[in-house]
Amino acid sequence: MILTNLEIVPGRRVEKHLGLVHGSTVQAKHLGRDLMASLKNIVGGELKGYTELLEDARAEAVERMKAEAGAIGANAVVNIRFSTASITAGAAELLAYGSAVILAEG
Amino acid sequence: MSYIVDYYEFWIFVWLVLTGYVAGTYNERRHYRSIRRREKELKDVLAFAVRTLPAGRPYESARLVTGSAVISVDYFKSILAALRKVIGGRVDAYESLVERARREAILRMKAHAAEEGADMIFNVKLETTRVFQGERSAAQSVESLAYGTAVKSA
Repeated sequence: MILTNLEIVPGRRVEKHLGLVHGSTVQAKHLGRDLMASLKNIVGGELKGYTELLEDARAEAVERMKAEAGAIGANAVVNIRFSTASITAGAAELLAYGSAVILAEG
Repeated sequence: MSYIVDYYEFWIFVWLVLTGYVAGTYNERRHYRSIRRREKELKDVLAFAVRTLPAGRPYESARLVTGSAVISVDYFKSILAALRKVIGGRVDAYESLVERARREAILRMKAHAAEEGADMIFNVKLETTRVFQGERSAAQSVESLAYGTAVKSA
């Protein structure tokens, strides 16, 4: 599965467009990391726990998008966008969406 | 000695501000040094905000690359920002916060591209969010995300 956020895949021809696919996860942080974060709020700096949490959640959203694309027979997703929104206090939704396409062999 | 005990909340506040100032300034300087060093190391990975690839050369192995960082402000700066909100204007304390987060995110995206053997990234998108909004402890942190399509120019 080829993923790009361009409208094309360089050097490949799009044979068929299959429409929009998306994947999302809603992620809450856990108490232990929250405790570390409140300590970090005093001295400043990167909240590594949160960075990892969001990276993993975003990777999961991409996996779900890939699964959806795979299920309809696509071999690439182009023009991918990410979007992040805070849903309630302490939980965030991570969304990945794009256009599923079939690329010509080559 | 009794005034210390009587006003312990005030002294805790003073301690937090001082710790925030000393540790925050140190952390920020160290982070900027690290950012500048890695920016030099990764200067051969070029990032562009354009959507279309320049014609006239073949490109290989296009793939999505991402980088992100969640950076927290220190206590001293959050107090500075709160004071700034009274009179309005530019909040310098937070400008460096988002700048650090964004440069770090771009660097991680470039490092990701370099790992894949790519040397150019197209259609770079940047996004900044207060992800865990509303929570007191996380109120002062931002996430910066950078993503784009990494290609190898043959």
